[in-house]
Amino acid sequence: MIPLSHYLLVSAILFCIGTTGVFLRRNVITILLSIEIMLNAVNLSFVAFGRQMGTVDGQIIVFFVMTVAAAEAAVGLALVIGLFRHRESLNPDAFTSLKW
Amino acid sequence: MPETLVFYLLSGLAIVASALVIGQRNPMYSVLMLIASFGALAGLYIQLDAPFVAVAQIIIYAGAIMVLFLFVVMLLNAPTEDGADWDKAHPLQLPAVTRLGSMLAVLLVIQLAWALMEAADINGPVAGQTGAAAVSSVRQLGRTLFTDYVFAFEATSVLILVAMVGAVMLARREGERS
Repeated sequence: MIPLSHYLLVSAILFCIGTTGVFLRRNVITILLSIEIMLNAVNLSFVAFGRQMGTVDGQIIVFFVMTVAAAEAAVGLALVIGLFRHRESLNPDAFTSLKW
Repeated sequence: MPETLVFYLLSGLAIVASALVIGQRNPMYSVLMLIASFGALAGLYIQLDAPFVAVAQIIIYAGAIMVLFLFVVMLLNAPTEDGADWDKAHPLQLPAVTRLGSMLAVLLVIQLAWALMEAADINGPVAGQTGAAAVSSVRQLGRTLFTDYVFAFEATSVLILVAMVGAVMLARREGERS
């Protein structure tokens, strides 16, 4: 059997990869993908903890996270389309009109 | 130990694919790599006795959300990341700031590793000490979802409605009335 700590370690590594992507990438779509990676890392630890406790609550929270991720992807991609229509670019540094 | 082997294979695949997602300059390849990562994670869910979550992961994430991403990438004819000139003169590119940031990142990694080392009860096999039986039946899942979590479930439906209306409003061409 696999120790719980290994699942948590995989989850932590995936979360770090996602965070790195948000900070390093200069493309709005890739930043949204990195957020999806982070959500999935958290899902993995939810399922692992739920298995450890022997309850279904961990799995149910994963469903809610998936729903929120779907809503986030829909609104986020609509924003990306709107931004691209105005600026012809996906670089977040191009969207600085509201910056003080 | 085929079980252990499968675990390391799947988690290695998930990590490598995720690293490639942020390593690509072309968003098209990033999306495809992320689908591979989600497939590996679905395998891990099956190992954790959560087959329904694994199937939902494939259908919702790899099937719906990623197709939406692919659709947008193709629709925008996704330009590959441009190393613009102002990017190199960005204030965050200063050497001192970069050094401070890397130091904080290393600190965070050390803290995470320390927390994992210190935590008790996580080094035995999953559900080894508690001896908890696997709960994976869809019947039990549905019962809990529609009794204990019914309010959250209903709130989720409102959230999806709001997201749908918001996406339609945002993506609409301006000056279009009807």
